[in-house]
Amino acid sequence: MSKRIDARNLNVYYSKFLAVEDVNINIEPRSVTAFIGPSGCGKTTFLRTINRMHEVIPGAYAEGELLLDGDNIYAPGVDPVNVRAMVGMVFQRPNPFPTMSIRDNILAGHRLNGARMSRSEADDIVERSLRGSNLWNEVKDRLDRPGSGLSGGQQQRLCIARTIAVSPDVILMDEPCSALDPISTLAIEDLINDLKEEYTVVIVTHNMQQAARVADKTAFFNIAGTGKPGKLIEYDDTSTIFSNPANEETQNYISGRFG
Amino acid sequence: MKTTDTAAPDPRTQVKKKNALTAGQKPAWTWIAVLVGALVLAGVVTAVLSGGFNWPGFVILTGVFYVIAMYIVTLVVENRRRATDGLWKNLVWGAFLVALLPLISVIWTVVGQGLPTLLANPNMLWVDMGGVTGASDQATVNEGAPLMGGFLHGLIGSVAITAIATLISVPIGLMASIYLVEYSRGGWFSKAITFFVDVMTGIPSIVAGLFAFAAVQLFITTFIGEGPAQLQMVKMGLTAAIALSVLMIPVVVRSTEEMLRVVPNELREASYALGVRKWRTILKVVLPTAMSGIASGVTLAIARVTGETAPILVTAGFAATVNWNVFSGWMTALPVYIYRQLVNPTAPAAAEPSALRAWAAALVLIIIVMVLNLIARIIAQAFAPKKTGR
Repeated sequence: MSKRIDARNLNVYYSKFLAVEDVNINIEPRSVTAFIGPSGCGKTTFLRTINRMHEVIPGAYAEGELLLDGDNIYAPGVDPVNVRAMVGMVFQRPNPFPTMSIRDNILAGHRLNGARMSRSEADDIVERSLRGSNLWNEVKDRLDRPGSGLSGGQQQRLCIARTIAVSPDVILMDEPCSALDPISTLAIEDLINDLKEEYTVVIVTHNMQQAARVADKTAFFNIAGTGKPGKLIEYDDTSTIFSNPANEETQNYISGRFG
Repeated sequence: MKTTDTAAPDPRTQVKKKNALTAGQKPAWTWIAVLVGALVLAGVVTAVLSGGFNWPGFVILTGVFYVIAMYIVTLVVENRRRATDGLWKNLVWGAFLVALLPLISVIWTVVGQGLPTLLANPNMLWVDMGGVTGASDQATVNEGAPLMGGFLHGLIGSVAITAIATLISVPIGLMASIYLVEYSRGGWFSKAITFFVDVMTGIPSIVAGLFAFAAVQLFITTFIGEGPAQLQMVKMGLTAAIALSVLMIPVVVRSTEEMLRVVPNELREASYALGVRKWRTILKVVLPTAMSGIASGVTLAIARVTGETAPILVTAGFAATVNWNVFSGWMTALPVYIYRQLVNPTAPAAAEPSALRAWAAALVLIIIVMVLNLIARIIAQAFAPKKTGR
């Protein structure tokens, strides 16, 4: 399963501060979309509105529509918990649960929600998720060890495995490689390429080469100045954004002549 | 074939006899020499001033002389900067020893006074004061009869009252801190709770006792009746437990709150992102991560209230025999037992057996508090999140 994402006139606020203004974007299912832009331009904020995670911060809210396969997740009465079960998220810093083993980390999405399952079902989920995140061969002999004993890159792939274990439709990644070395980054990028066979993947990155390597389409966000809202400047095929952008701001940013 | 080991050693690679980096330093034995000098001088000065020998003056003077002499020696042999550095180091050490003094002295006195009695009469741990009269204590003093009586009723009272107090305070304190950390968004209500918790941390324990007494009295007169028999009911173990929980709740709230605040937000977000509800996130992710700190905080709070005397005396009175029922009848706790034995000896004319019993009970109380502290450490170790798995 994978779903398309359409934002329509989406404004995101932190209390009274308008952080992201008027985003309109259509993200195809089974594709990788990269958000690039300078720090503070609202790309992470917008990413977190796709699974309503920004609401965890007190005072944050969004206006407008965000459609998952045509269903508005900001319609009155929608439970954010249900949205988050459909839209998984991988964070900047790997964050496995420190009290749980590798196996329990993978099953966390089920176990924490109180789901009961047989031993073989659980084993199935663990193996499928770990294979899906290219981690199975590295950890299959130590599933009962704590997840925090893995290396940073392995922990991040464990977090991706934990996310795909609950079979979401969309996977959001917030700078998933910024804390990792190049080898682990390569492993995650390969994994992103595999993931788009089944999921809609949206990734925020500061690394333009990474966007060029993994993304089918790229969105460039920018900010006019401190205290101004971030805006979606340009959204197009990755090759177009990096070779022949329509907007001058995009051209300046990708060529390093920023500001 | 020529071998290199016959070649003359290069003088540049040799270790010099005198290391230029350590030049100008006082020799390592300086402090021993200074200490011996200070001991002798202090001994002489004490003897001259007090016309004899006395320990406290000798020790204090030795310390003072040592600190001053070390400063002067270092100033002469080395330099001013090192001398000042050494002076402050000695002063900090001195302050540490002075701070340690009362603690060691308390333990020394209690063990010295209580241990012989306890070893000679281990039956103190399993008998109460039932049947012990002034006459039997007189017999102990005058005719050398064995020491009668014990503090089983105090042990049972302390354990029962503290257990009920813990049962009351831990759920309330835990939930209050969960509200403060997870649900309140910094509004006026949470600020008010934090303020009053801080105020409650500092209320005198006798006030907590009076509060519990008044509250239970109000409850009983309102719902049960106002007769003298009903008023008698107010003094019971439960009332004391309520008084102790008034003292305990703020401590539990504060320590749990600190522990919940240090749980990284990333873990909560990771759980939310898996579609887990907030209350399940708190129950299954936040609390287990903070469990070691919470458990040790609770244990320390228990240890703190175990030693309370005044609120228990006001609310549960005292008894001479074992009372298992916290809901009815007067009850003795160990601290109250110690207080009563010292202030109102069983035999007013022969107070010594009561004092012996009081010291033995004090030793047992200290042991209980120490064991609780140890348990807190063990719990903290056992629940701590596993760090490595390589």
